[in-house]
Amino acid sequence: MADTLRNLVFKQSGWRSRIVVGLSALALTACAATGSANASADSASKSGGEFAALKESDTPYPSTYVRYPGAATALVGTTVFDGTGAKIENATVLFRDGKVVNVLTGEATPDGYSVIDGTGKFVTPGIIDIHSHLGDYPSPDVDAHADGNEATSPATPDVWAEHSVWPQDPGFSRALANGGVTSLMILPGSANLFGGRTVTLKNVPSRTVQGMKFPGAPYGLKMACGENPKRVYGRRGRKPSTRMGNFAVNRQTWFDAIDYANKDDPDRDLAKETLVGVLKGDIMVHNHCYRADEMALVMDMAKEVGYKVTAFHHAVESYKIGDLLRENDVCSAIWADWYGFKMEAYDAIPENGALLQQSGACVVIHSDDQDDIQRLNQEASKARKAGLRMGIEISEGTAIQWITLNAAKAMGIEDVTGSLEPGKMADVVLWNGDPLSVYSRPEKVWIDGALMFDAMDPKRRPVSDFELGQPGEGDVK
Amino acid sequence: MMKRLLTTAALATALLTNPASAQDVIISNAKLAIGDGSEPIDDAVVVIKNGEVTYAGPAQGTTFEITQLVDAKGAYVTPGLFATVTSLGIWDVGAVSQSNDTRAGGSPFSAALDTAPIVNPSSQHVAIYRAAGVTRAAVTTMPSGSIFAGQGAIVDLGSDPDPITKARAFQMVDLGEGGARLAGGSRASSYVLFKAALREARALGSSRGTPQTTEISKGDDVMLSRFDAEALIPVVNGQQQLYVAVERAADIRSVLALKSDFPRLDMVLFGANEGWMVASEIAAAGVPVIADGLDDLPVSFAELAATQSNIGRMTNAGVRVAISASGLRNPRRLPQAAGNLVALSSVPRASGLSWGQAFAAISSVPAEISGMGGRAGVLSRGAMGDLVIWDGDPLELGSVPTKVFISGVEQPLDNHQSRLKERYRDLDETQLPKAYDW
Repeated sequence: MADTLRNLVFKQSGWRSRIVVGLSALALTACAATGSANASADSASKSGGEFAALKESDTPYPSTYVRYPGAATALVGTTVFDGTGAKIENATVLFRDGKVVNVLTGEATPDGYSVIDGTGKFVTPGIIDIHSHLGDYPSPDVDAHADGNEATSPATPDVWAEHSVWPQDPGFSRALANGGVTSLMILPGSANLFGGRTVTLKNVPSRTVQGMKFPGAPYGLKMACGENPKRVYGRRGRKPSTRMGNFAVNRQTWFDAIDYANKDDPDRDLAKETLVGVLKGDIMVHNHCYRADEMALVMDMAKEVGYKVTAFHHAVESYKIGDLLRENDVCSAIWADWYGFKMEAYDAIPENGALLQQSGACVVIHSDDQDDIQRLNQEASKARKAGLRMGIEISEGTAIQWITLNAAKAMGIEDVTGSLEPGKMADVVLWNGDPLSVYSRPEKVWIDGALMFDAMDPKRRPVSDFELGQPGEGDVK
Repeated sequence: MMKRLLTTAALATALLTNPASAQDVIISNAKLAIGDGSEPIDDAVVVIKNGEVTYAGPAQGTTFEITQLVDAKGAYVTPGLFATVTSLGIWDVGAVSQSNDTRAGGSPFSAALDTAPIVNPSSQHVAIYRAAGVTRAAVTTMPSGSIFAGQGAIVDLGSDPDPITKARAFQMVDLGEGGARLAGGSRASSYVLFKAALREARALGSSRGTPQTTEISKGDDVMLSRFDAEALIPVVNGQQQLYVAVERAADIRSVLALKSDFPRLDMVLFGANEGWMVASEIAAAGVPVIADGLDDLPVSFAELAATQSNIGRMTNAGVRVAISASGLRNPRRLPQAAGNLVALSSVPRASGLSWGQAFAAISSVPAEISGMGGRAGVLSRGAMGDLVIWDGDPLELGSVPTKVFISGVEQPLDNHQSRLKERYRDLDETQLPKAYDW
């Protein structure tokens, strides 16, 4: 995983296995080298030649996602957190043809809808995880699947997370069924200063990653501060080995990108194309950064270079600079209670989100984890409660906003999902109780109006190819 | 009738100002969860004398002399949580290796490793999880140089210099995927190493005079030294528990079969993500389980059938199951894991726990598994005075203790995190930098 010392007990393999892995990796490299004969014919060429690849503006690897059929549905007599912060009692949620029609109060349900009694139940927009590695670090967690960090150079803006996503990761289905997650962003890991492009997915099972790609979602660029890049490359005796080295490599990479952007008709450079996309404002920057002082430096680097940081991820010290983050309009994507697993997480506190909210800064609760993605509602609830305990009033609706509309904003998809406003995608979760309670679970989840999970129907849950014919296939999980 | 001295506000206040040492304490007006699996009862009383519980139950019909009075005002009162298995107090920052004593992969020793002398009661993690209601924990190093982890201890999380409740309480061995890597690359090697080690220990334990054991080594690696073999004598004799880390159903069967070679082994299964598939066999063997509460992904080929219903199904089959703290992000999440198992009770086809069962899975059950039955994780006569008063339902998200007692001593709840929270309550530095705000 990107940044977790996951499973302190036992899940770490011994040194003997690493040696074996190293040998097999060498063998694979040798095999792969024989397959590159056609490389020159496949490579992009400049205009005017005989051969021409699609340009970046042609949007290669396009989304092939098409919504599945769904009935016009009315969820009646329910309690709604609409994603904008509002809580609406005794409401009726209407959706049809894949879109939210309206959220009504105290009115009769119009004709033409299948009615589902929501009495005693709750409705939220589909939950959105802004930080996931599902597919790039899938289950089973084996070396052959570890495709999330191109840790061969500190600057790899040329790699795209979507080219590593394994759509058969069983983790997608758990996030859907247990967490009500309908959209998620997959990021490269944090070994590199420039990790590569992110990809935003609809949480719909598909044979291909293109079948999951969120139509029209902007790309992100994953960047990383602090311990990880300097550790990974410092150990190899190369730059960066310090935080100042991190910044030096960052700045030079950006300056080179500016030069590239100023050239007429330059040779294609995948790395530069991503960076230029950031400079143009087409690609959003998602910067893994723990410490407050480093975030302040990054925000100045963004000003120096001329780009905008959309969100700091894992920003455990954001509470120390809520004012700066508000002024710079940068979101903090955070955990509720991870603590102490690395030096830069030593000042993490459960009140981080609440203090940020009090400062008027943007809060998103993220998972970075195949387990926590199944409980983002619970993580948001804990972060809210921590605020209440210290006297910071945070509404229940705000806590849900942290994992819906705020996440959508920071992913650039807030015009089409993240709330139950009319015309948005009918990404909807019906919970069997208050989603801010530990005792509640999703009962039904719709994506674009199609019922993709139903706790009441044993067959209405995805089972990945990997799970077929294996112990536990189709179990409640 | 209980003497209603609660109305004597002045007396109560006077007594509450001196909470630093083990005094007699009465908690009144409690919503009491005993921790034994029963559901909470209202208007209850808990009495602690000389650091031990002398009464916990309905207020009706009881009479006590009060020295220190705490009116819980209807709040939940429970035994302190029992976190098992943890590394509390043996690391400060996970990724700072100098501060992290959880693994000794470079050590020539394995089974002989002893956690007791290295537990730091001043660790921030002890302070933070004490404030989260954890009062006792099983602590151990992890298998790293060998399949044997070393000897774990039972500790309290009290703010005092002596954390050890029971030293060398259990040994741990990894007979799953991880252990196989440590043993040379195959489970086949794990079992040979395990059996050889226990035979050495048995021979040592029955001999007189100078032990005859030789090292088991491979190349330059000593896989079992004489010190390790000696440390396994109480394991093979059944005097020290053996926690066996294992996930796969087939591995669980093989582990249960070890009793035929070593009938006195006092085993506990640790992990057991596929335990539900062999629940009746585990129950028949009378082996308790410390299981990850919420694992539901095939993270490895040993966990293909992982489901959150694992604990519910094993419990229904008659297995004694505690929720493991090791699989959680941190021990503060124990109540959250337990609450999730309650949530499963209302999910079709899933197997969950009742509230009382779930709370017991993080209190009395892990305590019993650790040999502390009746002493920890439960509020009954004779138990240690580990008690928590909560600001809400302890299994609900974000509920925290308002008071924590360990052996009858009220505990401080401040820590690094709580101090940071107070310092950054606002960002005002107009007069002085934040560094002066302490």
